[in-house]
Amino acid sequence: MHDVTAGHGESKATYLWVWGALLLLTAVEVVLAYKQVLQPVQMLEFLLVLSVIKAGLITMYFMHLKAEVPRMRWLLTISVTACFALMWIFFFRDADRIVTLGVK
Amino acid sequence: MATVQHVVHDTHGEFEPSLFGTYSKKTGMWLFLASDSLTFGALLFAYSYGRISNPAWPTPFGKESIANATIMTACLLSSSLTMVLAVMAANRGDKSWTRNWLLATMFFGAAFTVLHGMEWTRLIADKMTPSGNPWSAVPLFGGTFFTLTGMHMLHVTIGVIYLGVIALRKKFLPILLGLWLIGWLVTPADNIFHLGVHVLLIGAIVSAVILFLKPKDYDANDVEVSGLYWHFVDLVWMFIFPLVYLMSTKV
Repeated sequence: MHDVTAGHGESKATYLWVWGALLLLTAVEVVLAYKQVLQPVQMLEFLLVLSVIKAGLITMYFMHLKAEVPRMRWLLTISVTACFALMWIFFFRDADRIVTLGVK
Repeated sequence: MATVQHVVHDTHGEFEPSLFGTYSKKTGMWLFLASDSLTFGALLFAYSYGRISNPAWPTPFGKESIANATIMTACLLSSSLTMVLAVMAANRGDKSWTRNWLLATMFFGAAFTVLHGMEWTRLIADKMTPSGNPWSAVPLFGGTFFTLTGMHMLHVTIGVIYLGVIALRKKFLPILLGLWLIGWLVTPADNIFHLGVHVLLIGAIVSAVILFLKPKDYDANDVEVSGLYWHFVDLVWMFIFPLVYLMSTKV
């Protein structure tokens, strides 16, 4: 027999704060897009950082990943992050190379 | 303060305890979402690669499109809030509020799909196709845009149907069939959604098979697992919105 805790210990107020933070970060993204002070590659990287923060808030609070056992939390996070890191290393460096050096 | 509910799985020593300390349905959904994130990751990287490597990439999204996409984002974020409130209500055994919050989530999800459909219709009216667009000589734009956002729209639609089944069970089937019929009759024959609305019919058939072959009263665990799927759909949009819309803004 094993005991599984189905509740997550978060309050409504916490969820409202997370929701507010997500809306605020979205507003920051929209303002940045209109200001256009960054070059496309820097803009992409900045927007991706904000998106990763938003994704972290959603997975940790709304999807309750932080309430899961560490084995589950780390296995999911590391495996998905590693796959995206590989995609990033191969694709974005190459896309940047085409812009910087031209197609050879 | 949230009520903590304890779910006990009595395995009588026949099985080993779960490696991940939770019930198998939830582990299965997490594994599915991990694999689905790679599908979306590949599509997002394909779009972003094209965006970065083509200086002539079109920037067709003016203020109207960005405002529309921002409202769509707010809809999805709000749907995540109502979904997590549904999970809370289910954990404290409040069936009435569980259903109400699930219906609110479905409303926001449906609003997102309708707004996205309007955006697609506008772009198609501007002569944008999967193999070309009127703004530049970069044919990849249409193909990657429609594939990525279409895949996401399909996920949202499936999510709304999934939540409808959890919230209303068999009562949802006539509603879904009614929505399919209305959608099919209302959309003009040359509109892409005249064909696309048949996803609702396929969803109704699949839902009917599940509901009639395995009828059950969905519990807090089912609501939580459906919530995981819904939040994932929201999470994916947090990448699509900046990468697709904000990176192609026409100021």
